[in-house]
Amino acid sequence: MHFDLNTIWFILVGVLFTGYAMLDGFDLGIGALHLFTKEDAERRVMLNAIGPVWDGNEVWLVTGGGALFAAFPNVYATVFSGFYLALYLLLAALIFRAVAIEFRSKRPERWWRQTWDIGFAAGSIVSALLIGVALGNIAWGVPIDEHGEFAGTFLGLLKPYPLLVGVTTVALFMMHGAIYGVLKTEGSLHDKLRRWAMNSIIFFVICATMLTMATLLYVSHMAARVRENPWLFSVALANMLAIANIPREFHHGNDGRAFLSSCAAIITLMALFALNIFPNLVYSLPNPENSLNIYNAASSSKTLGIMLIIACIGVPVVIAYTVCIYWIFRGKVKLDRMSY
Amino acid sequence: MDVLTLSRIQFGATAAFHYLYPPLSIGLGLMLVIMEGAWLKTGNTLYHQMARFWTRVFALTFAIGVATGIVMEFEFGTNWAAYSRFVGDVFGSALAAEGIFAFFLESGFLAVLLFGWDKVSRKWHFFSTCMVCLGAHFSAVWIIVANSWMQTPGNGYHIVVHDGVPRAEVTDFWQVVFNPSSMERLSHTVCGAWCAGAFLVVSVSAWYLLKGKHLEFARKSLKVGLTVALLASLLQAVTGHISAQGVAKNQPAKLAAFEGLYNTTSNAPLTLAGWVDEKNEKVVGLQAPALLSFMVHNNFHDRVTGLNDFKPEDRPPVQASFQFFHGMVAIGFTLIVIAALGFLYFRHGSLHERRWLLWILVFSVLLPQMANQLGWFAAEVGRQPWIVYGVLRTPEGFSKILEANVVLSSLILITLIYFLLFAVFIYLLNDKIQHGPDDADLKPSGKLAIPGKN
Repeated sequence: MHFDLNTIWFILVGVLFTGYAMLDGFDLGIGALHLFTKEDAERRVMLNAIGPVWDGNEVWLVTGGGALFAAFPNVYATVFSGFYLALYLLLAALIFRAVAIEFRSKRPERWWRQTWDIGFAAGSIVSALLIGVALGNIAWGVPIDEHGEFAGTFLGLLKPYPLLVGVTTVALFMMHGAIYGVLKTEGSLHDKLRRWAMNSIIFFVICATMLTMATLLYVSHMAARVRENPWLFSVALANMLAIANIPREFHHGNDGRAFLSSCAAIITLMALFALNIFPNLVYSLPNPENSLNIYNAASSSKTLGIMLIIACIGVPVVIAYTVCIYWIFRGKVKLDRMSY
Repeated sequence: MDVLTLSRIQFGATAAFHYLYPPLSIGLGLMLVIMEGAWLKTGNTLYHQMARFWTRVFALTFAIGVATGIVMEFEFGTNWAAYSRFVGDVFGSALAAEGIFAFFLESGFLAVLLFGWDKVSRKWHFFSTCMVCLGAHFSAVWIIVANSWMQTPGNGYHIVVHDGVPRAEVTDFWQVVFNPSSMERLSHTVCGAWCAGAFLVVSVSAWYLLKGKHLEFARKSLKVGLTVALLASLLQAVTGHISAQGVAKNQPAKLAAFEGLYNTTSNAPLTLAGWVDEKNEKVVGLQAPALLSFMVHNNFHDRVTGLNDFKPEDRPPVQASFQFFHGMVAIGFTLIVIAALGFLYFRHGSLHERRWLLWILVFSVLLPQMANQLGWFAAEVGRQPWIVYGVLRTPEGFSKILEANVVLSSLILITLIYFLLFAVFIYLLNDKIQHGPDDADLKPSGKLAIPGKN
């Protein structure tokens, strides 16, 4: 593999979606865990743990989508029109979730808050599930015709393997969200979240094991590159070590490092996914020759070059102030009159 | 209905709903910079209270803007796949640049603006406010660049055929950014956004005066609001005139439809209001002789191109373009009158006695929104039958693999969600207005309480 512009853009789009998974992942995870506590004060603390950042985290999805459009317009067109209903369900879930966040604490009545809490949790779980199902379909392969158009159906997207990826994504985000929650809370909620983090690690490990077996048995092309380049197994190993490190860091009271381990787990998972689909972006099943790859789906080299300059200026600046903002909002959540 | 019609309805509806919010974010962003800047300069904590109150309203409009914006970005791919394949090389870059340069800036610093009052110093907070405002303006820059390229593609691209399928590719990025209409349309759009923000501030403050509540707060807000409203609505007329001259030059069929002009004529008359009789190809209404020639060419004689110079299949819908355009212009001039009256009586010190004018100011908030909507409709309907002017027709752009019932379901789903969203917006906006400015905000707390500390 040599580093031409197309490869660089494959990596950059990957970085943006990984950034999304790492950041909005914990927002969705907090949402998925929201109903586990019955106490209003604790629910508010969890909501306000993501309060200042969830909006910005969703921008990673917007920018990832924009980068995909600019760099690989054929993939953007084929996948977005092909996964039509699934995407509208995802949009509906994301919007409903945003509305619930804004709305739940505006009135004190129990039925009011309970309703929006259910909306927040359901919106988060459905979003995580659909993102996973979409990723699962890309891994499994989708029917593509000779013009590069999607040739399948909505129900065809709901095969067992993509659904398993969806459930695994929910588990991963729950784990990630719980660990973020541990970092941002104190007292009894802190202890609860730590317990949920441990449980969701178990949930995730069970899902991930099943997913790995299913991949090796039924989706052999998704293990081909690691099979051919055994040293790449180190990425899978790094993923396992990162997960195993989380309970260890908890034990030593290093909640921050536990969170970083969880981030590392997401990064290595995305890296494994990217390594195995490369150079394809959408694997075509049953006709692999129709696959959309980083060359037949790409914009012109001229545009990829211009976009690279834009990314080189923009991305470091974005990362710098994102870090600053997380630094400003470091520490435990305190409810005040600006809180949700 | 067929997939094309449904997709057009869905895109039009989602764009119209989305476009209620970004102008408010841009306009309020500017108001926040002015208010917080005035606080830092004068030390008058009333300005601090104002900045805090309007920040809460800003957060609301921003959140809905993001939620509905994601739909817009996905929609190009879901419903307009053929268009996306054709323009991705050019149009996609502008969207990606918008994400990287504008949205991150806006959403990142919004966290500090909204939740960081007590966590950072005054100057840092003000810096964050400026960055949010800048981000909001950047988002206008890139989306207008993208849309203007669809209106006036210019010379920055060429058509390349891959495997028998043509598509547009960039040859000169700066010519795409500075395409023939981007800067004039940007200035016109941004002025419209400033009007939207300023008139919201004016409306709420006028209502407080009418109700005899928060009087000091309302007067100070009115002062800032009316000043910006007057300047922005005047600038709006100037940029509108420049934009219309650009349309005459770059999209003559569109200008002819705006004015209902069928035959190319010298001394062309300007219709102030009227109705297009499409069958007999003439306009019935109030006309000023030779004024259109003057508006377009700066002299009363020169010829203005009429619709009959274009083949019937290359003409936009005339009646709709005409009415949208004239509605926008009429509202634009009404806004100047309202802002000027408000400003003069405010300076005179007698605004609070003129309840009729205060009531007009309360409802004036709807006008910039209507003008912004009509302006977009005029711009987009006037571009028809093209999706990229002169290059790609709208029926060539939609996703051919979709079925009508699928698009209908997404249309119903999105409509329901947007009704919910709109209800939430009105409820929360009303809640914030009823609650009013917080008296506790007259005393800055935390690090903000220390003047001059960085």
